[in-house]
Amino acid sequence: MSARLQTWLWILQRKSAGVLALCVLVHLATMIVAIRGGLSAAEILGRTRGSIGWLAFYTVFVLAVAVHAPIGLRTILGEWLGWRGASRDWFVAAVAVALAALGLRAVAGVFG
Amino acid sequence: MAAEDSTSAAGGTLQVRVWRTAKGAAGGGEFQSFEVPRLESQTVLDVVTYIQRNLDPSLAYRFACRVGMCGSCAMTVNDEPRWTCRTHVDAVAADGRLDIAPLKNLPVVRDLVTDMREFFDKWARALGRFSGAKTRKEDFARVSPDSPARAEANAAIECIGCGVCYSACDTVAWNPDYLGPAALNRAWTLNRDERDVAQDERLRAVAGDAGSLACHTHLSCTERCPKHISPTAGIAGLKREVMRAAMKGKL
Repeated sequence: MSARLQTWLWILQRKSAGVLALCVLVHLATMIVAIRGGLSAAEILGRTRGSIGWLAFYTVFVLAVAVHAPIGLRTILGEWLGWRGASRDWFVAAVAVALAALGLRAVAGVFG
Repeated sequence: MAAEDSTSAAGGTLQVRVWRTAKGAAGGGEFQSFEVPRLESQTVLDVVTYIQRNLDPSLAYRFACRVGMCGSCAMTVNDEPRWTCRTHVDAVAADGRLDIAPLKNLPVVRDLVTDMREFFDKWARALGRFSGAKTRKEDFARVSPDSPARAEANAAIECIGCGVCYSACDTVAWNPDYLGPAALNRAWTLNRDERDVAQDERLRAVAGDAGSLACHTHLSCTERCPKHISPTAGIAGLKREVMRAAMKGKL
C-alpha cells in the first residue's frame, strides 16, 4: 500500500473520529432520555419507524464506525501481532464491509 | 541534573548489574553483578569505567566526550535510557543499586555497545539532510530569528543524535520500520527552514505507516530527551503538514 493511501487512511480515521464524537453524544443523550419511561422495543420502534431523521443519523453513525474501527484495527494488528502486508489490508477491508453491512441491516430493521 | 547533595552518598558500595552478551551466541546475554565503590559526584559512566578498568577489562562500552556533547555514551540505566556521563549516581540509585544495559530498540554489538546503523539510516530515509538551491556565489539568505518557522526550528535543532528518544519510543518497539523521533525531528527542523527546497519530497518521505503518522503521542521521547527537545511536537507538526499536502494532492 502506498504512503499516499496510508496517509488518506489516517485522515479518514481522524475525520470519522470527529463524526463519531458527535454521534456518541447524541446516542448517549437519546439513551438517557429514552429509558426514563422504561425501555421497550415498542418505544424504540415508535421513535425510529418511518423517521428519516433517525435513519440518516444511524446511517452516518454506522458508516463512521465502519470507516474508523478497521483503520485502527489495522494498526493494532501490525503493532501487536506483526501482521502487515496485503493479507492484513484485505482482512480489515472485510471487517469494514461486515461492520457496514450488519450495521446498515440493523438501521433498516428499526426504520422499516 | 545532578543531585545537589552529592557528598552525602559518598562512601559505601554500589551494587551494579551490567548486561553482558553471551560469547558466541547472537542476541543472548545476562546481567553480571559487580560491587563498585561509591564516590562523591560519581556518574554512571564513572561506574562503567571503574568496572572496565578495575574489575573486568573485557567489558565493552562506548563513550567519547564525557561532558554531554557527543551523544555516544547513552545506555539504559535502571530501565530508562540516559546519557551515562550526565547522570549522577545519586540521581538514579537512591538504594545503591544500578542496572546498566544497552539502549533498547537497537541491535547489540557487544555488552553495552549498540549498532546505530539503522538509527542513522532512518535519518537518511527521512531526508534528514539540508537541500539548498543557492550557490556560494550568491548572497547569504537572510532568515529572521523571530519568524515563527525559525523559532520552531530552533526549538528542535539541538539534537546530537544520541539515540535516547529512539530507545524510549514504544512505537519503534512495535513497528520496526517506524522512522523514530530523532529522524522525524530532524525532518521537522528542515521543513521549518525556508532555505530548504526539498520540503515536499521530505513530506512524502515522512508520510505513511513508517513515518510521522505512526506516532501515538506517548511523549516518551519528549520526557527522556537530554536536550529537552520535544520530538512529539515536531512530529505533530509533520502530521499537519502531511495532511495538508495530501488534501492539496501534493503527496
